[in-house]
Amino acid sequence: MDEALRFRYDVDGENFTSAGNASVEVKRKLRQLGFPPEIIKRVSIAMYEGEINMVIHADGGVAEVIVTPEVITIILADKGPGIADVSLAMREGYSTAADHIRSLGFGAGMGLPNMKRYTDTMEIDTELGVGTTITMTVKVN
Amino acid sequence: MPTTTPYRHSVSLEPDKCKGCTNCLKRCPVEAIRIRDGKAKIDPARCIDCGVCIDVCPYKAKRASYDALSDIQRYRYKIALPAPSLYGQFENLEEIDHVLQGLLDMGFDEVYEVSRAAEIVSGFTRLYLNNPEVEKPVISSACPVVVRLISLRYPYLCKNILPIKPPVDIAAEKARARALAEHPELSPEDIGVVFISPCPAKVSYVKQRISEGKSAVDLAVSMSDAYFALIGKMKQELPPDTLSKSGMIGVGWASSGGESSAIFNDKYLAADGIENVIRVLEQIDNGTFPSLEFVELNACNGGCVGGMMTVENPYIARARLQTLKRYLPVSQNWRFEDQEGATAELPPELKADPVEYAPVSKLSENMGEAMRKMAMIQALHDELPDLDCGSCGSPTCYLFAEDVVKGEARPEECIVRMREELLKAAKEGKA
Repeated sequence: MDEALRFRYDVDGENFTSAGNASVEVKRKLRQLGFPPEIIKRVSIAMYEGEINMVIHADGGVAEVIVTPEVITIILADKGPGIADVSLAMREGYSTAADHIRSLGFGAGMGLPNMKRYTDTMEIDTELGVGTTITMTVKVN
Repeated sequence: MPTTTPYRHSVSLEPDKCKGCTNCLKRCPVEAIRIRDGKAKIDPARCIDCGVCIDVCPYKAKRASYDALSDIQRYRYKIALPAPSLYGQFENLEEIDHVLQGLLDMGFDEVYEVSRAAEIVSGFTRLYLNNPEVEKPVISSACPVVVRLISLRYPYLCKNILPIKPPVDIAAEKARARALAEHPELSPEDIGVVFISPCPAKVSYVKQRISEGKSAVDLAVSMSDAYFALIGKMKQELPPDTLSKSGMIGVGWASSGGESSAIFNDKYLAADGIENVIRVLEQIDNGTFPSLEFVELNACNGGCVGGMMTVENPYIARARLQTLKRYLPVSQNWRFEDQEGATAELPPELKADPVEYAPVSKLSENMGEAMRKMAMIQALHDELPDLDCGSCGSPTCYLFAEDVVKGEARPEECIVRMREELLKAAKEGKA
């Protein structure tokens, strides 16, 4: 196996206009690599949701994508407040987003559930007051 | 790249005028331009005919190609298909009929307004949106730039495109059929159907369809040429014949939001300007889009009134159309949906060809090879200054790295790096 490709993006906090840019970039790269549209769609949605989450809840963070022909791994790491109750956060429609965020159309409580739905594995490593790292994989075959 | 079919473009370069500056390079929304050997080169596989490069070129080296107005003389029976944006070009125009009469006085035998066909499309769009099985949001099929962009980049959005032909095709087919029925003395070759286009993209679209033997249009002329021919012919002091057979809906298609307002439903979005269009498409593609029924996207600012082949400022043209529309009936082409028992079933002659995904960006057909190339691109990009100055002829440092790895540029073409190396060499020479 060749070495994996790694892409790293800084996700700017409190900036909704640029939120989603990393996902657009990754989409472009996966297209160039020739991944099937279905895989690209799953990765880009999971990544987009994760990016938005980092902007809403954690003042930004770092998104890393590791690509091999077999599996695409997305690691989203932030130094935000952490998730108090992961199973509650995973429930569809549950959100702790502030009102001004909801008024922008975000905070519907679908972020984490969508990330899980569109990926094959998802692990949440979180500690209150320290931050959250979410690792997702999308298997190519 | 095997998956690409050649597309007939209408944006081209006049090499003598091109100075090889970076204006078009930096502004092309799909990164289709490179400067090579001091001249701009447009990659036909990527170009979407949006016309931005024509607009931004300070030396007028980019041009739109279209048929000359004099070419209409080749036909015995000439039919003009004016796009509704034409009506917004004239100052103090009292009635659309003056423009249509002017077209007849210019030598056309008949006029068929594209806005009539637009009203037919609007009627069917409303029926189509009623079908619960239809993938939402439905994306308008009217702007060929948008349709081409989707086919190149958004595999999952191809099925969202309204499966109805754009108004120009429907207008051409109806006009041609009517002329043949009313004039039995004419043979099909006698008839010239002439589309008066606001933009190069619609010219490309028409030419592409002609080359595939699918178009009822014969010529696509520039709106600006038609405008200058018309101003000499239009006699506004005389009341014109009643010629116009379209209403507010059809004429409204000329500017952004017009097509959407005709769906009679507030769940729509209308975006104009190619950069805004791309942002909306990205968001629909990510699945994080408000639940909307209809999305109208126009590559030009303000909609078709912003086309590169129009004369007037798009917002002034839009304001004029507002005034012109005021006393028009809502629509003069209701007939389909008002029929008893109208169904969402689209008559076959109005059906558009399905839009197919045809990506052009793959680095290699072999994924391992593509990954190796991308690793090389990343490694080279890390060494570049990230100034995105464009002096190398690629729009950004990243794309320069990509071009080098693809063998389309040489690493020493980065002048910033070269300068650093020269300075280093000079220092070492001194020491």
